Amino acid sequence: MARAFTPKVVTANALVEGDVVYLTADDRWTRDHAEAEFLEDEAHAQLRLLKADHQRDRVVGAYLAEARMGVTGPEPIHFREVFRTRGPSNYPHGKQEAGNV
Amino acid sequence: MYNYTDFDTAYVASRNAQFRAQVERRISGALTEDEFRPLRLMNGLYLQLHAYMLRVAIPYGTLRSDQMRQLAMIADRWDKGYGHFTTRQNIQYNWPKLSDVPDILEALAAVQMHSIQTSGNTIRNVTADHFAGAAADEIEDPRPTAELIRQWSTDHPEFQFLPRKFKIGVSGAPHDRAVTKSHDIGIRIVRGGGGQTGYEILVGGGLGRTPMVGQVIRPFLKKADLLPYLEAIVSTYNLMGRRDNKFKARIKITVFENGMEKFRDAVDARFEQIKREWTGVDADLIAHIEQSFTPPAFRNAPEDGYETARKADPVFRSWTDTNLTGHRQPGYAIVTVSLKAHGATPGDATSAQMRLLADLADRYGHGELRISHEQNVVLPHVHKSDLWALHAALKAQGLATANIGLTSDIIACPGMDYCTLATARSIPVAQEIATHFQALGLEEEIGALKIKISGCINACGHHHVGHIGILGLDRAGVENYQITLGGDHRENMTLGERTGPGFAYDEIVPAIERLLRAYLALRDSREETFLDAYRRLGDAPFKAALYPAEAARDAA
Repeated sequence: MARAFTPKVVTANALVEGDVVYLTADDRWTRDHAEAEFLEDEAHAQLRLLKADHQRDRVVGAYLAEARMGVTGPEPIHFREVFRTRGPSNYPHGKQEAGNV
Repeated sequence: MYNYTDFDTAYVASRNAQFRAQVERRISGALTEDEFRPLRLMNGLYLQLHAYMLRVAIPYGTLRSDQMRQLAMIADRWDKGYGHFTTRQNIQYNWPKLSDVPDILEALAAVQMHSIQTSGNTIRNVTADHFAGAAADEIEDPRPTAELIRQWSTDHPEFQFLPRKFKIGVSGAPHDRAVTKSHDIGIRIVRGGGGQTGYEILVGGGLGRTPMVGQVIRPFLKKADLLPYLEAIVSTYNLMGRRDNKFKARIKITVFENGMEKFRDAVDARFEQIKREWTGVDADLIAHIEQSFTPPAFRNAPEDGYETARKADPVFRSWTDTNLTGHRQPGYAIVTVSLKAHGATPGDATSAQMRLLADLADRYGHGELRISHEQNVVLPHVHKSDLWALHAALKAQGLATANIGLTSDIIACPGMDYCTLATARSIPVAQEIATHFQALGLEEEIGALKIKISGCINACGHHHVGHIGILGLDRAGVENYQITLGGDHRENMTLGERTGPGFAYDEIVPAIERLLRAYLALRDSREETFLDAYRRLGDAPFKAALYPAEAARDAA
């Protein structure tokens, strides 16, 4: 039996800056995980990923990442995705940098 | 030091112009990522977790002061004010924008540097002993050989699409500081029976998923035969190497699966063929290259005040005890500047630190700098009478840490703080080990120790050859760290043995403390290093320290 689909978000890296981005329900790319579209249906998730793949002049390497619904919006599950929402642990760079969150 | 010829300059400029146009086409959407990816990788540009990363080659780890200053300028202008020196003697910028990379490459070309072949399935930046041209035990400077190989391998038409990446390391001394046995080809300059120098050629070494120690394929190769012989090896591998499975595509697997005898026979047959066609143009080249690596004008001066300062200042004395290596020129020392201040990221240097190092290289070190595979900076030629002033000046930028070869002098790859391949973080583990043992005050007591940390099985952090190796893995969505013991990166390379189950992120530093406290209790004298004690006692007492619950159960 196929494994049950678990909720996802579409994530990628911005083409020019390389910063982590997420696809929103209204077709924007946001830098905030909580604004991402929460994808609970597998067929819809695949369609959204296809949409992301076609935006070759804006993002790179789109994929579906596991997520759960939190208080303010979708939250990452795997520690790799948690790191991607904030940046490296050795400097306050990336999204955690002041003014960049 | 080697200076670009007109040919080198024109070649790098044309490659940069090509890449500028490719970047423009990528940003406009004319090129897809699938089309662009191999082009950016040919120029050392990766896309990492949070940003792009540009890997710049520092051929055989040798830098001039003006080049170091330019690296600092690039860090300030286009990155976040620092750079990361790697275990392959490269520098990586972690935050460039794609649109800025062509300008960065031009700024590099202005000081005769580039990013070509720092990625992709080609012959990568050639590495060498970081004490080249200075070490007391050196038979011959390995850098002319390394530069010859760089020129031969750069844009070599036959070797741009190898089955997998290909790394060459060169050592000119019996004490191997270039980890030659972990390279696809390791080259060691040796002296033949008649006193003439030649090369011992090793093949099939590599760390990563399937670690293997390089084996001798040719015990003595005449110097004039170097390039045709290397061409024979790489060309044999190019045809015989596997392209069906990325994890079996390195030359170590080709040698292992075919056996050394069959591989050597194939190389010898190819060598005979190539040698006949070889025109010997490299003989003229090497003569020109060798002139670029003549020693600096060493001073013949008294070691004024050096011993007096050592006696008077315990901090200076401690630094001279750990950070100096014997120089072949009387009155001189090799200075290793630690990029491992306790709590700092191993291998990172701020732009201010880079500029200070460049200035100090000009003032005290004949304008020369080296980057070691252990992620430190070396001033290879410092007169002993200048050491006191140099040490004082290094303090201004936090560069006077006296810890070379000690617990906190840790190799760590970028790990999951930056790298897309990583399965766990490396940097914070290194930072915590360093600060923890400093707080315990045990570092000096423990003495010589090599801890090497990788954040995935690809082993950029050389964990297999650490006295203590730490490998970060993802175990069911949680960071987990495996320990290996007894590795050795030197001429008698040894791969460490795995101890048992891994440790969670918050358990790894306490585990290392138990291990090192066991060593302190078990060693027969202060002179017996951790590695010596491990070799004498075997792994049992160290496993017992790492896994006390299991040890207690076994004892019951």
